[in-house]
Amino acid sequence: MSEQVLPIPDDITTPWWEATKEGKFLLQTCLECQHVQHYPRAVCIQCAGSQLHWVESAGQGVVDSYTVVHRAPSPAFTAPYVIARVQLSEGPTMLTRIVGAEESELACDLPVTLAWDSLSDGHQLPVFQVINSKQQ
Amino acid sequence: MSANTAIVGAAESDLGVTNASILTLQSQAITRALADAGLSLSDVDGLATSGVSRFSATQVADYLGIQPSWSDSTFAGGSAYEMYIARASQAIAAGQASTIVISFASNQRSARSRSLGGVVETHTPEAQFESPYGPLFPLSYYAMAAQRYMHDYGATRADLAQVAVLAREWALLNPKAFRYDAGPLTVDEVLAAPMMSSPLTTADCCLVTDGGGAVVVTSLERARDLAKPPVQILGYGESTTNTSMSQVPLLPTGAVASGKAAFSLAGLSPSDVDVVALYDSFTITVLLSLEALGFCEPGEAASLVASDRVRPGGDIPLNTSGGGLSYCHPGQYGVLLLVEAVRQLRGEAGARQVSNPQVALAHGTGGILSTHATVLLGVDR
Repeated sequence: MSEQVLPIPDDITTPWWEATKEGKFLLQTCLECQHVQHYPRAVCIQCAGSQLHWVESAGQGVVDSYTVVHRAPSPAFTAPYVIARVQLSEGPTMLTRIVGAEESELACDLPVTLAWDSLSDGHQLPVFQVINSKQQ
Repeated sequence: MSANTAIVGAAESDLGVTNASILTLQSQAITRALADAGLSLSDVDGLATSGVSRFSATQVADYLGIQPSWSDSTFAGGSAYEMYIARASQAIAAGQASTIVISFASNQRSARSRSLGGVVETHTPEAQFESPYGPLFPLSYYAMAAQRYMHDYGATRADLAQVAVLAREWALLNPKAFRYDAGPLTVDEVLAAPMMSSPLTTADCCLVTDGGGAVVVTSLERARDLAKPPVQILGYGESTTNTSMSQVPLLPTGAVASGKAAFSLAGLSPSDVDVVALYDSFTITVLLSLEALGFCEPGEAASLVASDRVRPGGDIPLNTSGGGLSYCHPGQYGVLLLVEAVRQLRGEAGARQVSNPQVALAHGTGGILSTHATVLLGVDR
């Protein structure tokens, strides 16, 4: 992939992006109410608390839904590829990509596990793969 | 309890491929809607619009040489125009304005200004946590909603396609429709169209056209003295749910809340509605909205859309203009839902006219199922 549009980390998200360089997928947990959230924010969306700390995700989830993109939005992407919503075992749902799977293997509620895709600036993007995929 | 306000003028700008500027099309829509009401620009003291520039209402006011005492440029995608009906009614009730124009126009087809990936604003969480994956925006979100809907209810791509087939059927009755001369559409043609973001093909997606429209809102009392029979604003409701693709469940949508609020304010139920105008950015949008608004139970929208009930002569005539799928979709379609509802209630809809409708529903959906706004309109009684 060329001409990647790179994320610009901010005051809240810099530790999250730094951790991806070591292959760690972090989630925010609220010290007051234990709510787990992703993407990272300045505030807990369950109790409005601001005491949030980082925990590492187990990297397990299920596909909430998915779509195969057949026409890339820019030259940075090569179609086809799979965009998905994955619900993590810790609770939050995230947008991601499913890699290394045939379309016929995909389904809602399918278990998936964490993998990584490198960005050109040294950060990594958490993606997911189908457990026991025929492609692996 | 109704809002004691009414729509007294409604019009489209030129539609399709216009080679005109946004402000030319805005001017057409606004002056035509005012003429329809028997009013002129000098009567306008309120203006609601978006999609023009950063200062949209201010921009249009400047262009038309007016200085309104009330304006609104709430930017919420295609449902903003249904939201403006609520705000305009409230502003009139509060005495802040007496004659409010709600307008939108776009030249997106002529200007080729639309991109598959949407607009990425680098300071937003989506730019960091979603855009790097390369979703089509808004299409991939609707595609995931469709995939989940099919999984949960056993619906098929052919069920989605029926929405596009229905839209075409109505468009063949509307000389203003982009697909007026295109002939009927079949399920097989929708299924065979190029896949964009599965399960949605190009034929599951709305048109990309130029176009626009405007409606004029005033008090019901004053409306009764104007050129055309008033179309009463009976109720409205809205819900704002998400900008990201990940933070709320795909189903059901915020249309549940917006519909409940609108029906409650109007003291009506879905069975009271005689003509239905739903935002059809994509085929799936219509199925989700029919269920969320209470026209059928969850999972039953596909069989409803395939039935005669939503077709000419049926008891739930649906998207009678031909919709965003076959009539016109200028990027934000919401104002054109209102224009069609007004025409139907006045009996001005020509070959597609519904028989003697008393109540119409217009439901806007903005962004990625992000904003939902429902308006109930009725013949003055």
